[in-house]
Amino acid sequence: MIIKGKVHKFADDINTDDIIAAKYLVSTDPQELGKRCMETICPNFSQEVSPGDIIVAGRNFGCGSSREHAPVAIKGCGISAVIAKSFAAIFFRNAINIGLPFLESLDVDKINHGDLIEIDLTTGVVKNITQDKDYKTQAFPSFLQQIVQSGGLINWVKKCTKSR
Amino acid sequence: MSYTIAEKILLKHCGQKTIKPGEFIEANVDVALANDITAPLAISEFKKSGFKQVFNKNKIVLVPDHFAPAKDLKSANQCKILADFAKEQGIKNYFEIGQMGIEHALLPEKGIVLPGDLIIGADSHTCTYGALGAYATGMGSTDLARAYIDGKCWLKVPASLKFIYNGKLNKWVGGKDLILFTIGQIGVDGALYKVMEFCGPVIKKLGMDDRFSICNMAIEAGARAGLIAPDAITKKFVACFKRKAKYYQSDPDAVYEKTYTWDISALEPLVACPHLPSNVKPVSSLKDIKVDQVVIGSCTNGRISDLRIAAKLLKGKKAASGVKLIIFPATQKIYLQAVKEGLAEIFVKAGGVFSTPTCGPCLGGHMGILAEGEVAIATTNRNFLGRMGSPKSFVYLSNPAVAAASAITGKITHPEKIK
Repeated sequence: MIIKGKVHKFADDINTDDIIAAKYLVSTDPQELGKRCMETICPNFSQEVSPGDIIVAGRNFGCGSSREHAPVAIKGCGISAVIAKSFAAIFFRNAINIGLPFLESLDVDKINHGDLIEIDLTTGVVKNITQDKDYKTQAFPSFLQQIVQSGGLINWVKKCTKSR
Repeated sequence: MSYTIAEKILLKHCGQKTIKPGEFIEANVDVALANDITAPLAISEFKKSGFKQVFNKNKIVLVPDHFAPAKDLKSANQCKILADFAKEQGIKNYFEIGQMGIEHALLPEKGIVLPGDLIIGADSHTCTYGALGAYATGMGSTDLARAYIDGKCWLKVPASLKFIYNGKLNKWVGGKDLILFTIGQIGVDGALYKVMEFCGPVIKKLGMDDRFSICNMAIEAGARAGLIAPDAITKKFVACFKRKAKYYQSDPDAVYEKTYTWDISALEPLVACPHLPSNVKPVSSLKDIKVDQVVIGSCTNGRISDLRIAAKLLKGKKAASGVKLIIFPATQKIYLQAVKEGLAEIFVKAGGVFSTPTCGPCLGGHMGILAEGEVAIATTNRNFLGRMGSPKSFVYLSNPAVAAASAITGKITHPEKIK
């Protein structure tokens, strides 16, 4: 699967309160949450995103609370994937479980805000079209690939239950 | 094979013969917890899955505590989803306001979580129960929905880090300061995807309330869990509960990725400055930082010993003019105890608000939102930008003694300055 979009660049330690403030957690609707995505640190973020765009961030992306509303809001505002140097553990599993594509790469410093990039999720290769450069990323372990390929955790469990 | 406490608990719950860090396992959970923010999403996913009955109604816990008592119509509707689901599935561990408390103080108090358990919670501070010698970890709503179906969760076995605290704690220094010190040393991702095992002579002497404060904030260093080996103090705490606890100890030759050893005898009360829990400074180094609000409570520091410390300083004193003092005990039992001991009267006479249990102010939900430009000192666990309200407000984190002293003077103050 190929994902192509414009880069929105963020710093280290972007926390789940930054991604979606607690006051908006009275909804579980992806579109409604998407409108408020990153509002605290980037007030017009949801308007600046075109469907398919990609978040590129530093270390420890998604630290803080367990709110699954965070990856839901990111998906809901039209972001198609997140690349970061590292992800906080709960955000990592939430993204796997709901099927938000993400990649870990130490090359994120080379990517600029506004660059057009293309991600091949099968090979893990990130192509920076603006700079004409390629970056390699780590492929997911096969256990996690199974969950992602099933379309998320619940579908994976249903599949496993059937085959038992 | 030699194992840490965390590895022993995971091994016991996954049915394998051996495990090692980095390995993916499927484990059976003893307790699956969710609250009024995370349960609605879990329940909706469960219902969409087509399964009708939860795997075990006695292992599911629902606590409406974040926006409860319901702060508005939308939160009321969210809380009602929990009440309806509990009724429909026959879940007895549902706690309506009046019996409710902040989940991470409530579950240990009720004996719902015990040493040796594997607990998953759709709340990041689920790691609090590690203080009992349990493996407790925060997950998302979909993880909970999955556990509702078959009682299992997927886990990558984390490597463990060991933290040894030597020396003797100074007056006004407690568990909160130890964890703030630790996060200050290793950073907000210093234990990313690791287990933090807290040990040494200082930990052995701490009561359960301080131990809960420490493990509560393991997540602020990125950890999957924070554990303290069960001992006589743990056993006394759980002695009154019917369900049997299992006590695990790390093997002498268990493998730790890294060991940190500190002498904390010189440690003074610490304050985490805006906007990260790792931005830690000694309280005496902070000069003339005026505060508009003081919050004492939360799943980190809302237990009875925390309230006793605050009351000791506030007795016969008043909060400084213009300072909003909000004290919220973590559970109904703690609330009643504070009334019986006369602590509630001390707080009200000091000009404070003595609130019903709720997570409210900690996450900027309700019951004490900060306006633009306002500064708070709080005994809570996060000081992220905008955490308690306006993105232009500022939150400092401290122990209850520093918070109470700061309420009296109106600026961040070392408790020893209060005579």
